[in-house]
Amino acid sequence: MRIQGRSIGISAYLIVLFLPIYWLLNMSFKTNAEITSRLSFWPQHVTFRNYAHIFFDPVWRGGFIHSLSYVCLNTVISVTVALPAAYAFSRYRFIGDKHLFFWLLSNLMAPAAVFAMPFFNLYYSVGLFDTIWAVALAHCLFNVPLAVWILEGFISGIPREIDETASLDGYAFPRFFVKIFLPLIANGIGVAAFFCFMFSWVEQLLASTLTTIHAKPIASVMTQVYSAAGMDWGLLSAAGVLTMIPGAVVIWFVRNHIAKGFALGRV
Amino acid sequence: MMDKPWSNRAWFFVIPVLVVVLFSSLLPMMTVVNYSVQDTMGQNHFFWNGAAWFQNLLDPTTDIGGRFASALVRNLIFSFVVLMIELPLGIAVAICIPRHGWKVGATLVLIALPLLIPWTVVGTIWEIFARQDIGLLGAALNGIGVHYNDTQDPTSAWATIVMMDVWHWTGMIALLSYAGLKAIPDAFYQAARIDGASRWSVFRNIELPKLQKVLVIAVLLRFMESFMIYTEPSVVTGGGPGEATSFLSLDLVKIALGQVDLGNAAAMSIVYYLITLTICWIFFTIMTQLDQRKGA
Repeated sequence: MRIQGRSIGISAYLIVLFLPIYWLLNMSFKTNAEITSRLSFWPQHVTFRNYAHIFFDPVWRGGFIHSLSYVCLNTVISVTVALPAAYAFSRYRFIGDKHLFFWLLSNLMAPAAVFAMPFFNLYYSVGLFDTIWAVALAHCLFNVPLAVWILEGFISGIPREIDETASLDGYAFPRFFVKIFLPLIANGIGVAAFFCFMFSWVEQLLASTLTTIHAKPIASVMTQVYSAAGMDWGLLSAAGVLTMIPGAVVIWFVRNHIAKGFALGRV
Repeated sequence: MMDKPWSNRAWFFVIPVLVVVLFSSLLPMMTVVNYSVQDTMGQNHFFWNGAAWFQNLLDPTTDIGGRFASALVRNLIFSFVVLMIELPLGIAVAICIPRHGWKVGATLVLIALPLLIPWTVVGTIWEIFARQDIGLLGAALNGIGVHYNDTQDPTSAWATIVMMDVWHWTGMIALLSYAGLKAIPDAFYQAARIDGASRWSVFRNIELPKLQKVLVIAVLLRFMESFMIYTEPSVVTGGGPGEATSFLSLDLVKIALGQVDLGNAAAMSIVYYLITLTICWIFFTIMTQLDQRKGA
Protein backbone atom coordinates (compact mmCIF):
# COMPACT_ATOMS: atom_id res chain seq x y z
CA MET A 1 0.00 0.00 0.00
CA ARG A 2 2.70 2.45 1.04
CA ILE A 3 4.90 1.42 -1.87
CA GLN A 4 2.02 2.18 -4.21
CA GLY A 5 1.54 5.63 -2.73
CA ARG A 6 5.21 6.29 -3.33
CA SER A 7 5.13 5.31 -6.97
CA ILE A 8 2.08 7.51 -7.53
CA GLY A 9 3.89 10.40 -5.86
CA ILE A 10 7.04 10.04 -7.92
CA SER A 11 5.08 9.54 -11.14
CA ALA A 12 3.04 12.68 -10.52
CA TYR A 13 6.20 14.67 -9.88
CA LEU A 14 7.88 13.39 -13.03
CA ILE A 15 4.82 14.14 -15.16
CA VAL A 16 4.67 17.75 -13.94
CA LEU A 17 8.44 17.98 -14.43
CA PHE A 18 8.14 16.94 -18.05
CA LEU A 19 5.19 19.13 -19.04
CA PRO A 20 7.33 22.13 -20.01
CA ILE A 21 9.85 19.88 -21.77
CA TYR A 22 7.08 18.10 -23.66
CA TRP A 23 5.73 21.47 -24.76
CA LEU A 24 9.18 22.52 -26.01
CA LEU A 25 9.51 19.28 -28.00
CA ASN A 26 6.03 19.76 -29.39
CA MET A 27 6.90 23.28 -30.56
CA SER A 28 10.19 22.23 -32.08
CA PHE A 29 8.44 19.99 -34.63
CA LYS A 30 5.92 22.64 -35.68
CA THR A 31 6.19 25.35 -38.29
CA ASN A 32 5.92 28.93 -37.06
CA ALA A 33 2.66 29.34 -38.94
CA GLU A 34 1.20 26.47 -36.96
CA ILE A 35 2.60 27.67 -33.63
CA THR A 36 1.04 31.10 -33.89
CA SER A 37 -2.23 30.05 -35.48
CA ARG A 38 -3.55 27.54 -32.96
CA LEU A 39 -2.78 25.49 -29.89
CA SER A 40 -2.46 21.75 -30.34
CA PHE A 41 -1.09 18.96 -28.18
CA TRP A 42 0.98 17.49 -30.97
CA PRO A 43 2.23 18.83 -34.30
CA GLN A 44 -0.33 18.55 -37.08
CA HIS A 45 2.34 18.67 -39.76
CA VAL A 46 5.60 17.33 -38.36
CA THR A 47 8.53 19.34 -39.72
CA PHE A 48 12.27 18.87 -39.28
CA ARG A 49 13.01 22.26 -40.82
CA ASN A 50 13.99 23.76 -37.46
CA TYR A 51 16.53 21.04 -36.70
CA ALA A 52 17.86 21.06 -40.26
CA HIS A 53 18.40 24.81 -40.03
CA ILE A 54 20.54 24.40 -36.90
CA PHE A 55 22.61 21.57 -38.34
CA PHE A 56 23.40 23.34 -41.59
CA ASP A 57 23.89 26.91 -40.38
CA PRO A 58 27.58 27.48 -39.42
CA VAL A 59 26.62 30.09 -36.79
CA TRP A 60 24.40 27.65 -34.90
CA ARG A 61 26.85 24.80 -35.27
CA GLY A 62 29.63 27.11 -34.13
CA GLY A 63 27.63 28.02 -31.05
CA PHE A 64 27.41 24.38 -29.99
CA ILE A 65 31.07 23.73 -30.74
CA HIS A 66 32.27 26.81 -28.81
CA SER A 67 30.12 25.96 -25.81
CA LEU A 68 31.28 22.36 -25.69
CA SER A 69 34.95 23.33 -26.14
CA TYR A 70 35.11 25.83 -23.31
CA VAL A 71 33.14 23.45 -21.08
CA CYS A 72 35.59 20.59 -21.70
CA LEU A 73 38.62 22.85 -21.37
CA ASN A 74 37.30 24.19 -18.09
CA THR A 75 36.57 20.69 -16.77
CA VAL A 76 40.10 19.53 -17.50
CA ILE A 77 41.73 22.59 -15.93
CA SER A 78 39.52 22.54 -12.85
CA VAL A 79 39.94 18.86 -12.01
CA THR A 80 43.69 18.81 -12.70
CA VAL A 81 44.35 21.83 -10.52
CA ALA A 82 41.98 20.74 -7.79
CA LEU A 83 43.32 17.19 -7.31
CA PRO A 84 46.56 17.99 -5.43
CA ALA A 85 44.87 20.70 -3.40
CA ALA A 86 42.05 18.38 -2.37
CA TYR A 87 44.67 15.82 -1.32
CA ALA A 88 46.45 18.41 0.79
CA PHE A 89 43.25 19.58 2.50
CA SER A 90 42.18 16.02 3.17
CA ARG A 91 45.49 14.67 4.50
CA TYR A 92 47.36 17.48 6.20
CA ARG A 93 46.91 20.43 8.48
CA PHE A 94 48.90 23.50 7.55
CA ILE A 95 49.07 27.19 8.32
CA GLY A 96 45.89 28.87 7.18
CA ASP A 97 44.23 25.72 5.87
CA LYS A 98 40.78 26.49 7.27
CA HIS A 99 40.84 30.10 6.07
CA LEU A 100 41.96 29.04 2.63
CA PHE A 101 39.24 26.43 2.43
CA PHE A 102 36.59 28.96 3.38
CA TRP A 103 37.98 31.52 0.94
CA LEU A 104 37.71 28.94 -1.85
CA LEU A 105 34.17 28.13 -0.81
CA SER A 106 33.28 31.82 -0.83
CA ASN A 107 34.24 32.00 -4.51
CA LEU A 108 31.73 29.27 -5.21
CA MET A 109 29.12 31.58 -3.75
CA ALA A 110 30.23 34.77 -5.50
CA PRO A 111 27.51 36.21 -7.72
CA ALA A 112 28.63 36.01 -11.35
CA ALA A 113 27.09 39.44 -11.94
CA VAL A 114 29.70 40.93 -9.59
CA PHE A 115 32.47 39.56 -11.78
CA ALA A 116 31.01 40.31 -15.20
CA MET A 117 32.44 43.81 -15.50
CA PRO A 118 35.95 43.18 -14.07
CA PHE A 119 36.30 39.97 -16.10
CA PHE A 120 35.48 41.92 -19.22
CA ASN A 121 38.25 44.43 -18.42
CA LEU A 122 40.73 41.76 -17.35
CA TYR A 123 40.40 39.47 -20.34
CA TYR A 124 40.26 42.40 -22.71
CA SER A 125 43.56 43.72 -21.40
CA VAL A 126 45.38 40.36 -21.59
CA GLY A 127 44.08 39.71 -25.10
CA LEU A 128 41.97 36.67 -24.26
CA PHE A 129 38.64 38.38 -24.87
CA ASP A 130 36.39 36.49 -27.30
CA THR A 131 38.31 33.21 -27.03
CA ILE A 132 37.17 29.96 -25.46
CA TRP A 133 40.07 30.40 -22.99
CA ALA A 134 38.46 33.48 -21.49
CA VAL A 135 35.26 31.60 -20.68
CA ALA A 136 37.09 28.45 -19.57
CA LEU A 137 39.25 30.47 -17.14
CA ALA A 138 36.36 32.61 -15.95
CA HIS A 139 34.36 29.53 -15.05
CA CYS A 140 37.29 28.37 -12.90
CA LEU A 141 36.03 31.00 -10.46
CA PHE A 142 33.40 28.61 -9.16
CA ASN A 143 34.43 25.27 -10.67
CA VAL A 144 37.88 25.01 -9.06
CA PRO A 145 36.51 25.50 -5.53
CA LEU A 146 33.67 23.10 -6.31
CA ALA A 147 36.08 20.45 -7.57
CA VAL A 148 38.32 20.89 -4.51
CA TRP A 149 35.32 20.50 -2.24
CA ILE A 150 33.92 17.40 -3.91
CA LEU A 151 37.31 15.69 -4.25
CA GLU A 152 38.20 16.49 -0.65
CA GLY A 153 35.03 14.70 0.43
CA PHE A 154 35.81 11.63 -1.66
CA ILE A 155 39.52 11.53 -0.69
CA SER A 156 38.66 11.70 3.00
CA GLY A 157 36.69 8.50 2.49
CA ILE A 158 39.93 6.66 1.59
CA PRO A 159 41.80 5.51 4.72
CA ARG A 160 45.20 7.10 5.22
CA GLU A 161 46.73 3.70 5.95
CA ILE A 162 46.82 3.16 2.19
CA ASP A 163 49.13 6.15 1.74
CA GLU A 164 51.38 4.90 4.53
CA THR A 165 51.50 1.31 3.31
CA ALA A 166 52.41 2.43 -0.19
CA SER A 167 55.20 4.57 1.17
CA LEU A 168 56.52 1.62 3.24
CA ASP A 169 56.41 -0.53 0.12
CA GLY A 170 58.80 1.91 -1.47
CA TYR A 171 56.50 3.81 -3.77
CA ALA A 172 57.70 7.34 -4.44
CA PHE A 173 54.92 9.87 -3.96
CA PRO A 174 54.26 10.78 -7.61
CA ARG A 175 54.15 7.13 -8.61
CA PHE A 176 51.87 6.28 -5.68
CA PHE A 177 49.57 9.18 -6.55
CA VAL A 178 49.15 8.21 -10.18
CA LYS A 179 49.30 4.41 -9.96
CA ILE A 180 47.42 3.72 -6.75
CA PHE A 181 45.61 6.78 -5.53
CA LEU A 182 43.96 8.05 -8.71
CA PRO A 183 42.30 4.71 -9.51
CA LEU A 184 40.97 4.59 -5.93
CA ILE A 185 39.19 7.92 -6.26
CA ALA A 186 38.12 7.38 -9.87
CA ASN A 187 34.46 7.78 -8.85
CA GLY A 188 35.20 11.05 -7.14
CA ILE A 189 37.06 12.34 -10.19
CA GLY A 190 34.13 11.35 -12.39
CA VAL A 191 31.67 13.12 -10.15
CA ALA A 192 33.85 16.24 -9.88
CA ALA A 193 34.24 16.32 -13.66
CA PHE A 194 30.50 15.92 -14.04
CA PHE A 195 29.81 18.89 -11.80
CA CYS A 196 32.38 21.08 -13.52
CA PHE A 197 30.82 20.15 -16.83
CA MET A 198 27.38 20.89 -15.50
CA PHE A 199 28.07 24.31 -14.01
CA SER A 200 30.14 25.46 -16.96
CA TRP A 201 27.48 24.25 -19.38
CA VAL A 202 24.57 25.96 -17.65
CA GLU A 203 26.32 29.27 -16.84
CA GLN A 204 25.51 31.91 -19.42
CA LEU A 205 26.06 35.37 -18.00
CA LEU A 206 29.87 35.25 -18.02
CA ALA A 207 29.99 33.16 -21.18
CA SER A 208 28.04 35.69 -23.19
CA THR A 209 29.72 38.73 -21.60
CA LEU A 210 33.21 37.51 -22.50
CA THR A 211 32.57 36.65 -26.13
CA THR A 212 31.37 38.45 -29.24
CA ILE A 213 31.99 36.54 -32.48
CA HIS A 214 34.73 33.95 -32.48
CA ALA A 215 33.76 32.06 -29.34
CA LYS A 216 30.07 32.86 -29.15
CA PRO A 217 28.29 30.26 -26.96
CA ILE A 218 25.02 28.67 -27.95
CA ALA A 219 23.12 30.90 -25.51
CA SER A 220 24.17 34.06 -27.33
CA VAL A 221 23.19 32.56 -30.66
CA MET A 222 19.79 31.80 -29.19
CA THR A 223 19.22 35.37 -28.06
CA GLN A 224 19.71 36.54 -31.62
CA VAL A 225 16.60 34.71 -32.71
CA TYR A 226 14.74 37.47 -30.86
CA SER A 227 16.04 40.36 -32.90
CA ALA A 228 15.32 38.71 -36.24
CA ALA A 229 12.09 39.61 -37.99
CA GLY A 230 9.44 38.35 -35.59
CA MET A 231 10.00 35.49 -33.16
CA ASP A 232 11.15 32.20 -34.62
CA TRP A 233 9.62 30.05 -31.89
CA GLY A 234 10.13 26.78 -33.72
CA LEU A 235 13.84 27.37 -34.19
CA LEU A 236 14.27 28.53 -30.59
CA SER A 237 12.52 25.38 -29.32
CA ALA A 238 14.61 23.10 -31.49
CA ALA A 239 17.81 24.73 -30.20
CA GLY A 240 16.52 24.35 -26.66
CA VAL A 241 15.87 20.65 -27.17
CA LEU A 242 19.36 20.13 -28.58
CA THR A 243 21.03 21.84 -25.58
CA MET A 244 19.48 19.24 -23.28
CA ILE A 245 21.25 16.35 -24.98
CA PRO A 246 24.83 16.80 -23.67
CA GLY A 247 23.49 17.09 -20.13
CA ALA A 248 21.36 13.98 -20.45
CA VAL A 249 24.34 12.03 -21.79
CA VAL A 250 26.71 12.97 -18.98
CA ILE A 251 24.11 12.30 -16.27
CA TRP A 252 23.67 8.81 -17.62
CA PHE A 253 27.36 8.09 -17.00
CA VAL A 254 27.35 9.20 -13.38
CA ARG A 255 23.81 8.10 -12.47
CA ASN A 256 24.98 5.77 -9.71
CA HIS A 257 27.12 8.40 -8.01
CA ILE A 258 25.11 11.51 -8.71
CA ALA A 259 23.28 11.55 -5.39
CA LYS A 260 26.51 11.29 -3.42
CA GLY A 261 28.04 13.95 -5.67
CA PHE A 262 25.28 16.41 -4.89
CA ALA A 263 26.04 15.93 -1.24
CA LEU A 264 29.60 16.97 -2.26
CA GLY A 265 30.95 13.56 -1.30
CA ARG A 266 29.89 14.16 2.29
CA VAL A 267 27.37 11.45 3.05
CA MET B 1 39.87 15.12 11.85
CA MET B 2 42.20 15.76 14.75
CA ASP B 3 44.90 13.23 13.86
CA LYS B 4 45.84 14.87 10.58
CA PRO B 5 49.60 15.50 10.63
CA TRP B 6 50.96 19.04 10.44
CA SER B 7 52.91 19.71 7.31
CA ASN B 8 53.41 23.09 5.77
CA ARG B 9 54.82 21.42 2.69
CA ALA B 10 51.18 20.68 1.85
CA TRP B 11 51.11 24.27 0.63
CA PHE B 12 52.93 23.14 -2.50
CA PHE B 13 49.88 21.08 -3.43
CA VAL B 14 47.68 24.10 -3.05
CA ILE B 15 49.75 26.44 -5.21
CA PRO B 16 48.09 25.60 -8.56
CA VAL B 17 44.66 26.28 -7.13
CA LEU B 18 45.94 29.48 -5.59
CA VAL B 19 47.33 30.74 -8.90
CA VAL B 20 44.14 30.01 -10.81
CA VAL B 21 41.89 31.51 -8.17
CA LEU B 22 44.09 34.58 -7.78
CA PHE B 23 43.77 35.21 -11.49
CA SER B 24 40.08 34.53 -11.74
CA SER B 25 38.89 35.94 -8.45
CA LEU B 26 41.23 38.21 -6.53
CA LEU B 27 42.51 40.21 -9.49
CA PRO B 28 39.04 41.08 -10.82
CA MET B 29 37.88 41.81 -7.29
CA MET B 30 40.67 44.37 -6.90
CA THR B 31 39.47 46.12 -10.07
CA VAL B 32 36.06 46.44 -8.49
CA VAL B 33 37.51 47.82 -5.26
CA ASN B 34 39.48 50.27 -7.36
CA TYR B 35 36.42 51.57 -9.18
CA SER B 36 34.41 51.76 -5.99
CA VAL B 37 36.59 54.51 -4.48
CA GLN B 38 37.14 56.56 -7.63
CA ASP B 39 35.11 58.74 -9.95
CA THR B 40 35.80 59.50 -13.58
CA MET B 41 35.46 62.49 -15.87
CA GLY B 42 35.70 60.24 -18.90
CA GLN B 43 38.78 59.52 -21.03
CA ASN B 44 40.15 57.12 -18.45
CA HIS B 45 40.79 59.95 -16.05
CA PHE B 46 40.05 58.77 -12.55
CA PHE B 47 40.23 60.60 -9.24
CA TRP B 48 39.78 59.65 -5.61
CA ASN B 49 36.18 59.68 -4.46
CA GLY B 50 36.46 58.21 -0.96
CA ALA B 51 33.42 56.42 0.38
CA ALA B 52 30.90 58.56 -1.49
CA TRP B 53 29.61 55.72 -3.67
CA PHE B 54 29.04 53.57 -0.61
CA GLN B 55 27.28 56.36 1.30
CA ASN B 56 24.95 56.86 -1.63
CA LEU B 57 24.27 53.18 -1.98
CA LEU B 58 23.48 52.54 1.66
CA ASP B 59 21.21 55.56 1.99
CA PRO B 60 17.73 54.44 0.86
CA THR B 61 16.61 58.04 0.20
CA THR B 62 18.93 58.42 -2.79
CA ASP B 63 18.00 57.10 -6.20
CA ILE B 64 20.55 54.28 -6.30
CA GLY B 65 20.13 53.50 -2.59
CA GLY B 66 16.38 53.08 -2.97
CA ARG B 67 16.87 50.82 -5.95
CA PHE B 68 19.39 48.69 -4.10
CA ALA B 69 17.29 48.40 -0.98
CA SER B 70 14.16 47.34 -2.85
CA ALA B 71 16.09 44.85 -5.01
CA LEU B 72 17.64 43.40 -1.84
CA VAL B 73 14.25 43.02 -0.16
CA ARG B 74 12.77 41.44 -3.30
CA ASN B 75 15.67 39.03 -3.51
CA LEU B 76 15.42 38.00 0.15
CA ILE B 77 11.67 37.39 -0.20
CA PHE B 78 12.29 35.37 -3.34
CA SER B 79 14.98 33.21 -1.71
CA PHE B 80 12.77 32.61 1.31
CA VAL B 81 9.72 31.66 -0.78
CA VAL B 82 11.55 29.21 -3.04
CA LEU B 83 13.31 27.57 -0.08
CA MET B 84 10.01 27.15 1.76
CA ILE B 85 8.53 25.37 -1.27
CA GLU B 86 11.54 23.43 -2.51
CA LEU B 87 12.76 22.04 0.79
CA PRO B 88 9.60 20.11 1.83
CA LEU B 89 8.84 19.15 -1.76
CA GLY B 90 12.38 17.91 -2.35
CA ILE B 91 12.33 15.79 0.82
CA ALA B 92 8.93 14.35 -0.14
CA VAL B 93 10.20 13.46 -3.61
CA ALA B 94 13.32 11.86 -2.12
CA ILE B 95 11.17 9.64 0.11
CA CYS B 96 9.19 8.56 -2.97
CA ILE B 97 12.25 7.62 -5.06
CA PRO B 98 12.34 3.81 -5.45
CA ARG B 99 15.14 2.03 -3.56
CA HIS B 100 15.76 -1.04 -5.71
CA GLY B 101 15.93 -2.18 -9.30
CA TRP B 102 16.40 -0.46 -12.62
CA LYS B 103 13.88 2.22 -11.71
CA VAL B 104 16.37 3.89 -9.35
CA GLY B 105 18.82 4.94 -12.05
CA ALA B 106 16.10 6.01 -14.46
CA THR B 107 14.30 8.10 -11.83
CA LEU B 108 17.51 9.79 -10.70
CA VAL B 109 18.44 10.71 -14.26
CA LEU B 110 14.98 12.13 -14.97
CA ILE B 111 14.94 14.13 -11.74
CA ALA B 112 18.39 15.55 -12.46
CA LEU B 113 17.64 16.51 -16.05
CA PRO B 114 16.42 20.09 -15.43
CA LEU B 115 19.67 20.79 -13.56
CA LEU B 116 21.69 20.28 -16.75
CA ILE B 117 19.70 22.55 -18.99
CA PRO B 118 21.52 25.83 -19.70
CA TRP B 119 19.92 28.61 -17.70
CA THR B 120 18.98 30.66 -20.74
CA VAL B 121 17.19 27.61 -22.10
CA VAL B 122 15.36 27.16 -18.79
CA GLY B 123 14.23 30.74 -19.27
CA THR B 124 13.21 30.06 -22.86
CA ILE B 125 11.27 26.92 -21.91
CA TRP B 126 9.25 28.84 -19.36
CA GLU B 127 8.87 31.88 -21.53
CA ILE B 128 7.19 29.70 -24.12
CA PHE B 129 5.32 27.53 -21.59
CA ALA B 130 3.84 30.54 -19.79
CA ARG B 131 2.68 32.65 -22.76
CA GLN B 132 -1.10 32.97 -22.99
CA ASP B 133 -1.18 32.66 -26.76
CA ILE B 134 1.17 29.76 -27.49
CA GLY B 135 2.08 28.33 -24.08
CA LEU B 136 0.40 25.37 -22.43
CA LEU B 137 0.40 26.84 -18.91
CA GLY B 138 -0.69 30.35 -19.85
CA ALA B 139 -3.40 29.13 -22.20
CA ALA B 140 -4.69 26.55 -19.71
CA LEU B 141 -4.83 29.05 -16.82
CA ASN B 142 -6.63 31.64 -18.90
CA GLY B 143 -8.87 28.89 -20.26
CA ILE B 144 -10.15 28.03 -16.77
CA GLY B 145 -10.72 31.69 -16.06
CA VAL B 146 -7.61 32.70 -14.08
CA HIS B 147 -6.31 36.06 -15.18
CA TYR B 148 -2.70 35.29 -15.94
CA ASN B 149 -0.22 37.33 -17.95
CA ASP B 150 3.41 37.13 -16.94
CA THR B 151 4.60 40.12 -18.98
CA GLN B 152 1.96 42.60 -17.75
CA ASP B 153 0.87 41.53 -14.32
CA PRO B 154 3.41 41.52 -11.42
CA THR B 155 1.69 38.69 -9.54
CA SER B 156 1.75 36.43 -12.59
CA ALA B 157 5.38 37.34 -13.23
CA TRP B 158 6.32 36.42 -9.65
CA ALA B 159 4.32 33.20 -9.82
CA THR B 160 6.08 32.25 -13.05
CA ILE B 161 9.57 32.94 -11.67
CA VAL B 162 8.85 30.99 -8.48
CA MET B 163 7.35 28.05 -10.40
CA MET B 164 10.29 28.07 -12.75
CA ASP B 165 12.75 27.99 -9.89
CA VAL B 166 10.88 25.17 -8.15
CA TRP B 167 10.81 23.24 -11.42
CA HIS B 168 14.49 23.88 -11.98
CA TRP B 169 15.98 23.18 -8.55
CA THR B 170 13.72 20.88 -6.50
CA GLY B 171 15.56 17.98 -8.15
CA MET B 172 18.80 19.01 -6.47
CA ILE B 173 17.26 18.95 -2.99
CA ALA B 174 15.61 15.62 -3.81
CA LEU B 175 18.95 14.12 -4.88
CA LEU B 176 20.73 15.43 -1.79
CA SER B 177 18.02 14.12 0.52
CA TYR B 178 18.02 10.81 -1.32
CA ALA B 179 21.77 10.48 -0.68
CA GLY B 180 21.12 11.22 2.99
CA LEU B 181 18.25 8.71 3.25
CA LYS B 182 20.27 5.97 1.63
CA ALA B 183 22.95 6.35 4.29
CA ILE B 184 20.48 5.34 7.04
CA PRO B 185 21.13 1.71 8.04
CA ASP B 186 18.23 -0.73 7.68
CA ALA B 187 18.49 -1.60 11.36
CA PHE B 188 16.95 1.78 12.24
CA TYR B 189 13.84 1.01 10.23
CA GLN B 190 13.60 -2.52 11.66
CA ALA B 191 13.78 -1.18 15.19
CA ALA B 192 11.03 1.31 14.36
CA ARG B 193 8.88 -1.47 12.93
CA ILE B 194 9.27 -3.55 16.09
CA ASP B 195 8.26 -0.55 18.15
CA GLY B 196 5.23 -0.12 15.91
CA ALA B 197 6.20 3.44 15.03
CA SER B 198 3.97 5.34 12.61
CA ARG B 199 5.27 6.57 9.24
CA TRP B 200 5.28 10.12 10.57
CA SER B 201 7.30 9.28 13.65
CA VAL B 202 9.80 7.32 11.54
CA PHE B 203 10.22 10.47 9.48
CA ARG B 204 10.32 12.80 12.47
CA ASN B 205 12.64 10.75 14.68
CA ILE B 206 14.85 8.82 12.27
CA GLU B 207 14.92 10.33 8.82
CA LEU B 208 14.85 14.04 9.56
CA PRO B 209 17.72 14.01 12.12
CA LYS B 210 19.84 11.91 9.76
CA LEU B 211 19.12 14.33 6.94
CA GLN B 212 20.27 17.33 8.94
CA LYS B 213 23.72 17.45 7.42
CA VAL B 214 22.71 17.20 3.76
CA LEU B 215 19.88 19.65 4.36
CA VAL B 216 22.34 22.26 5.59
CA ILE B 217 24.28 21.82 2.34
CA ALA B 218 21.03 21.97 0.38
CA VAL B 219 19.91 25.17 2.08
CA LEU B 220 23.34 26.72 1.57
CA LEU B 221 23.48 25.90 -2.14
CA ARG B 222 19.86 26.83 -2.78
CA PHE B 223 20.03 30.07 -0.86
CA MET B 224 23.17 31.20 -2.64
CA GLU B 225 21.94 30.22 -6.07
CA SER B 226 18.60 31.97 -5.60
CA PHE B 227 20.32 34.99 -4.10
CA MET B 228 22.34 35.49 -7.27
CA ILE B 229 19.66 34.47 -9.74
CA TYR B 230 20.09 36.30 -13.02
CA THR B 231 19.72 34.39 -16.27
CA GLU B 232 16.28 32.82 -15.92
CA PRO B 233 14.29 35.94 -14.93
CA SER B 234 16.25 38.04 -17.39
CA VAL B 235 14.95 35.82 -20.19
CA VAL B 236 11.40 35.39 -18.92
CA THR B 237 10.50 38.80 -17.52
CA GLY B 238 13.64 40.93 -18.00
CA GLY B 239 13.12 42.19 -14.44
CA GLY B 240 9.65 43.47 -15.22
CA PRO B 241 6.87 44.30 -15.42
CA GLY B 242 8.29 47.60 -14.22
CA GLU B 243 10.73 46.61 -11.47
CA ALA B 244 8.62 43.79 -10.07
CA THR B 245 11.10 40.96 -10.60
CA SER B 246 14.29 43.01 -10.77
CA PHE B 247 16.55 41.05 -8.40
CA LEU B 248 20.02 42.13 -7.25
CA SER B 249 21.99 40.57 -10.09
CA LEU B 250 19.64 41.90 -12.74
CA ASP B 251 19.90 45.38 -11.32
CA LEU B 252 23.67 45.15 -11.02
CA VAL B 253 24.14 44.01 -14.60
CA LYS B 254 21.85 46.83 -15.77
CA ILE B 255 23.99 49.39 -13.93
CA ALA B 256 27.39 47.88 -14.76
CA LEU B 257 27.05 46.72 -18.36
CA GLY B 258 23.96 48.65 -19.47
CA GLN B 259 24.60 52.12 -18.07
CA VAL B 260 28.39 51.61 -17.51
CA ASP B 261 27.99 53.46 -14.23
CA LEU B 262 31.26 52.13 -12.83
CA GLY B 263 31.30 53.75 -9.39
CA ASN B 264 27.78 52.76 -8.42
CA ALA B 265 28.15 49.31 -9.93
CA ALA B 266 31.43 48.68 -8.10
CA ALA B 267 30.10 49.82 -4.74
CA MET B 268 27.01 47.70 -5.25
CA SER B 269 29.14 44.69 -6.24
CA ILE B 270 31.17 44.93 -3.07
CA VAL B 271 28.21 45.30 -0.74
CA TYR B 272 26.41 42.46 -2.56
CA TYR B 273 29.52 40.27 -2.30
CA LEU B 274 29.96 41.04 1.39
CA ILE B 275 26.35 40.06 2.09
CA THR B 276 26.78 36.69 0.36
CA LEU B 277 30.11 36.21 2.11
CA THR B 278 28.58 36.82 5.55
CA ILE B 279 25.70 34.43 4.97
CA CYS B 280 28.07 31.87 3.50
CA TRP B 281 30.30 32.12 6.57
CA ILE B 282 27.37 31.50 8.91
CA PHE B 283 26.42 28.34 6.99
CA PHE B 284 30.04 27.21 6.85
CA THR B 285 30.40 27.55 10.61
CA ILE B 286 27.24 25.53 11.19
CA MET B 287 28.50 22.89 8.78
CA THR B 288 31.94 22.46 10.31
CA GLN B 289 30.38 22.26 13.75
CA LEU B 290 28.05 19.50 12.57
CA ASP B 291 31.09 17.74 11.12
CA GLN B 292 32.92 17.91 14.42
CA ARG B 293 29.95 16.76 16.46
CA LYS B 294 29.65 13.76 14.17
CA GLY B 295 33.37 13.02 14.50
CA ALA B 296 33.21 13.17 18.30
